[in-house]
Amino acid sequence: MSAPENTGNVESGAPFLVVDDLTVKFPTADGLVQAVTGLSYQVELGKTLGIVGESGSGKSVSSMAVLGLHDARSAQIQGSIRVGGTEVVGLSESKMRSLRGNQVAMIFQDALAALHPFYKVGKQLGEAYLVHHPQATKREARQRAIEMLDRVGIPQPDRRVDQFPHQYSGGMRQRAMIAMGLINDPSLLIADEPTTALDVTVQAQILDLLQDLQSEFNSAIVIITHDLGVVAEMADDVLVMYGGRAVEYGPCRDILVHPEMPYTWGLLSSVPDVTADTSARMIPIPGNPPSLLEPPTGCAFHPRCVHRDKVPGDLCTTTLPELLPGVRGANHVKRCHLADPDTIYATEVLPEIAPDLAEELR
Amino acid sequence: MFAFLVKRILAGSMIIILVSMMVYTLFFYGPQHPGLELCRRDNHGRCGPTSPKLYDYEEKLGYHNAIYTEYGKWAKGLVAERTITIGATEYKCPAPCLGLSYRDRTLVTEQFKDKFPVTLSLAVGASFLYLAIGVSVGVLAARRRGTVADKMLVSSTLVFSSIPYYLVALISMLVLTISTSVFPKVEYISPFDNPLQWVSGLLLVWLVLGLFGSTSYTRYSRGSMVEALSEDYVRTAKAKGLPARTVVIKHALRSALVPVVTIFGIDVAFLLSGTVFTEKIFQLEGIGKWGVEATVIKDLPVVQATSLMLAVCVVVGNILVDIVYSFLDPRVRLA
Repeated sequence: MSAPENTGNVESGAPFLVVDDLTVKFPTADGLVQAVTGLSYQVELGKTLGIVGESGSGKSVSSMAVLGLHDARSAQIQGSIRVGGTEVVGLSESKMRSLRGNQVAMIFQDALAALHPFYKVGKQLGEAYLVHHPQATKREARQRAIEMLDRVGIPQPDRRVDQFPHQYSGGMRQRAMIAMGLINDPSLLIADEPTTALDVTVQAQILDLLQDLQSEFNSAIVIITHDLGVVAEMADDVLVMYGGRAVEYGPCRDILVHPEMPYTWGLLSSVPDVTADTSARMIPIPGNPPSLLEPPTGCAFHPRCVHRDKVPGDLCTTTLPELLPGVRGANHVKRCHLADPDTIYATEVLPEIAPDLAEELR
Repeated sequence: MFAFLVKRILAGSMIIILVSMMVYTLFFYGPQHPGLELCRRDNHGRCGPTSPKLYDYEEKLGYHNAIYTEYGKWAKGLVAERTITIGATEYKCPAPCLGLSYRDRTLVTEQFKDKFPVTLSLAVGASFLYLAIGVSVGVLAARRRGTVADKMLVSSTLVFSSIPYYLVALISMLVLTISTSVFPKVEYISPFDNPLQWVSGLLLVWLVLGLFGSTSYTRYSRGSMVEALSEDYVRTAKAKGLPARTVVIKHALRSALVPVVTIFGIDVAFLLSGTVFTEKIFQLEGIGKWGVEATVIKDLPVVQATSLMLAVCVVVGNILVDIVYSFLDPRVRLA
């Protein structure tokens, strides 16, 4: 079923998606918005990268750049994005188009808005198939759409294929969206908050589905979310973004268990946990995300950081910390001036948010 | 769909009947001495407002009877032949009878049959240009939103539509057909007699009327296209790898057309009930010119007929808009 050209010229093991020093800027009436700055990450086939951050942290902007979905006249994109060895920054529109939806597919949040209200689901799926299989007939495209709807668990797909998106339930629409993303067996799937508009049970089903499909098709997945629960469930690697920059990047388990950057601590502290100890607290991050028009000097997180006093001098407000390995090896990098983040996390943060866990580690 | 149609047609008929009653009432009580014109013509102008002759004319025309009897007669005339007496003469008026013109005592229905094709031809050509020029320029502007080209297109439509329409029509006729003969003489020739002459005779009128009307369509469709292009589903279409043309036309334009269709339906209805300035300036014998001239000389049966015509066009136009809606947007269920 999978087309051989989809894996491109990448041997297994080598990263399929390599983003290197990506910068995305938008000129606006108020000035230049620097939405993403110096972002680098990579994803191998069969692996999942979770990109976490608040609204406006540059998660979606960086992923839309992978598909070249930004308006070429207004967005300024620098750096390099390689998909299966092909450089996509500056790639011609027609070559970009043959990549989109074919080797790289995207699943959007809010499937009701992201599916066209006037066309039948089957037609929208078939359209995605036909555009990359010009030799296929409409009947084959329809057959393929039914097959995919069945694969993502939509009951009675041969009947549902002729319905409109508004006749689907929320979870089914998201499944249809996933079916559309996977219809050309993409090697890379970018899921932009795929479960945001769904209730928790449906959310779990969708995540399971994505994992099943990944193990079946061995595709690389980039999942964009602000929900650390989703990351914990899905991701092999985690990239935490703040103010358009990567602030912490490393293996999922490592980051969730031993986070080294106060912003990641803040994210972990603000996750509600229904099974937590009653003495556990949920601590919101004070303040608002930074303006990308006039980013704060030094570390972008310093105005909201409760630990900045622990850094000697005014380093946090004057100097942007480099993205450097912390104490746990070269894989786990963070952008923070704090000298001993592990101790601070273990003694100050963890006892507040998960007293039982802090007890265990002691 | 069928139930919807039946319901809408019934409701529409009710509206038309009500409007016809109102129109009838208005012109029954409104004018002083409705028979004066007829009486004067028969008596070489010797017929004053107090003359017994006038009384006789109005008596025979039924203006002294109760209004419901007269409305009844008028309405019955739509389905059955009736006799109308003007002065000493009796006229047969076969169904559908809309009365006799007070000007030349010909059947209003017959006159209507002569004049409607002219207006219909104008409306067909002009409304085609409304959409063809208006929507395509609007889409172009929306795709280049914020650029110099967009600003120039939008401001030029504003400037153009700020000039009074009759001035545009008058000047283009003077300059383009009389001073120079860039365009052939404006005239109406039935498309069944000579389709080529039908086009060449009306070309200038279509262009003037169509271009002028298309300016507002440029703005409507630019607005709704800008909105549609920023929809999530358009981004999805791009992300699927569809060519830009398909994204713009099949995904964005189809939803952008919905609000445009509403306005278009009403506009066509108004075009069909007569374009007064156009027909007057270009001397085309259409419904608009007919209605206005009838109003000036109190030719009441004609005024009634043209007013009713407008009501019918608006009602039918609205039903058609609803049907087109349901084809454009499957979420609109006609029931």
